[in-house]
Amino acid sequence: MNGVRSGWRVLPILAMLTAGPVASGVVSAQPPPPQPKAAQDEFVPIDQLPPEEKLPAAPLLIAAYSVAWLAVAGYLFSIWRRLDRVDRDIAEAGRRLPRT
Amino acid sequence: MQRLFLPLTLLVAAMFAYAPVMIAQAPFESTMLLVQKIFYFHVPSWFVMFSGAFLCAGASVVYLAKGSRNADHYALAGAELAVVFGLMGLITGPLWARKAWGVWWEWDVKLTLALVVWLTFVAYLLLRRYGGAGSEKLAAGVGIFGAANIPFVYYSVNWWRTMHPKTTVVPTLREGMRGTFWFCVLAFMLLMVLIVAARVRLERQRALVDDLFLELED
Repeated sequence: MNGVRSGWRVLPILAMLTAGPVASGVVSAQPPPPQPKAAQDEFVPIDQLPPEEKLPAAPLLIAAYSVAWLAVAGYLFSIWRRLDRVDRDIAEAGRRLPRT
Repeated sequence: MQRLFLPLTLLVAAMFAYAPVMIAQAPFESTMLLVQKIFYFHVPSWFVMFSGAFLCAGASVVYLAKGSRNADHYALAGAELAVVFGLMGLITGPLWARKAWGVWWEWDVKLTLALVVWLTFVAYLLLRRYGGAGSEKLAAGVGIFGAANIPFVYYSVNWWRTMHPKTTVVPTLREGMRGTFWFCVLAFMLLMVLIVAARVRLERQRALVDDLFLELED
């Protein structure tokens, strides 16, 4: 039964592994794509790139600010927890110390 | 400092709440556009990292010269700040670089030196945590050497060819960007003052606990 299950698990991986060579065979059977024009080999300013070539900035910006906020919040929380623990230790030691 | 702590906390919280509004209203940089706005948190985080490292080194010198326990508390607080805010800079930088340079990381002088300095302060904290008795003095030496590298990190962009922008960026910021940038720097520096005060208090309390338990054992 386990063998049958693991066989099912392997199937998608096999499909992915075989899809590549099959697809490349299909591509190689097609006629070669037209040669790029000379202008396409030259420098293209970033604002003239096609949309699919551009990397969206917003997720990177949001990630950067999230990291900054989380780092500060996490660090402040860790200081607060450590202070709380040490205050409890002081109270505990104070209770155990003999009164003079 | 205790009397100032609450008003300063409220001020810093208000500044951090208002900073995104200022950043959103700041003009776009002409080539990098939106992603350049990472600059307003990325550079101040390095300001705090460098300040923490210098605080650690200065306090370590005092600790080594005079054996002052209080100076050692400041050194530890500075090193921790250097690690936390350095990590912030090391994460926000690659997020910016991915868009601006097309790569997450480049092993050029500026970035590599920044990583080495950050690792030096990680080593400082590891020494303090696991080094055992007497590791304070060894860690103090590590902190001093770590801070000695900072001028190389800062000026490396002027001395060597790197992808990172030069140190002339901040002095030449245009109107609108300049005010926002210095507002963020001020918010970060005030936050640093608060954190140092809290961290030093924590170390003093820890020292008090150690003294109390030693007294109990006697």
